[in-house]
Amino acid sequence: MLNDEQIERYSRHILLQDVGGAGQQKIVNAKVLIIGAGGLGAPAALYLAAAGVGTLGIIDGDRVDLSNLQRQVIHFTPDVGRPKVQSAKEKINQLNPDVNVVTYEDVVHAGNILDIIKDYDFILDGTDNFSAKFLINDACVMAGKPYSHGGILRFDGQSMTVIPGETACYRCVFHSPPPKNAVPTCSQAGVLGAIAGMLGTIQATEVLKYIVGFGDLLTNRMLIFNAKTMAFRNAKFNRNPKCGVCGENPTVTSLIDYEQPVCELKKN
Amino acid sequence: MNIQINGKVESFVAETLTVSALLVAQKVDMPEMVSVEVNGDVLDRDAFGTTVVKEGDTVEFLYFMGGGRA
Repeated sequence: MLNDEQIERYSRHILLQDVGGAGQQKIVNAKVLIIGAGGLGAPAALYLAAAGVGTLGIIDGDRVDLSNLQRQVIHFTPDVGRPKVQSAKEKINQLNPDVNVVTYEDVVHAGNILDIIKDYDFILDGTDNFSAKFLINDACVMAGKPYSHGGILRFDGQSMTVIPGETACYRCVFHSPPPKNAVPTCSQAGVLGAIAGMLGTIQATEVLKYIVGFGDLLTNRMLIFNAKTMAFRNAKFNRNPKCGVCGENPTVTSLIDYEQPVCELKKN
Repeated sequence: MNIQINGKVESFVAETLTVSALLVAQKVDMPEMVSVEVNGDVLDRDAFGTTVVKEGDTVEFLYFMGGGRA
């Protein structure tokens, strides 16, 4: 049951017919894992904390760098040099002390991901590299965990939601990681900071829709936008029967650590 | 023929085109960076040369996008 303070804090949610007290209670009971406390994870974490998600897991092995602050709005100038998970946890607790923040100062890899995601209802992919993106997809498909994919570059963003076994997964669309160095990195190509906020909040919205159970998720379609034209588009597709992980004859039956970073990780 | 590419109707003199030819026509210079779907079905990468698009087809070029954490 929500207490009086919670009813006041979440009153604008409770007023929504699609959420109400029962929906807010689902949010309070939910456990969401955010992989990457960066451009996408930062806004997503703030909005999910504000929304009252009961348990927020945050995994990131990086420390805050000055060049992160242009878009990673959960980290502030005095945080430069501190572990991102610590900085994020502090802001979340200030924003909403009700949120139980579980931090993992680590990166996901084939050896740890299944053990980490098993405790969560929904996974948000806020990573920057295709090795992690394929790993997260495959692990979520294998473990039956719904998740949100997000990607940004320059002025563009894309997002899709995957309900394993029911809807198309990332590998249905992108069969395998792109050739090394084929995709320009964020640090090479740049990214408009506000784009990260646009996409991260779209992902947070998908999380809340899934938890509460309203609306139509971004399933079997990719939301694609370009900020220069402010054109938003849905590319629709079907599950791919030849998909390597969720198709009829899967070839990916164990998790793979690809060695293909998109954005060169800064070593501190 | 008229086909819809990434939400826009585009006209071509040819009556049919392979996906490979379409990628060239659309100046996609790095086809390894793009995933192609025709009428909702995602194509195998090695089928670009043999898959033919025709009048009224809907084609999507989906690009790899990383971003986020670095």
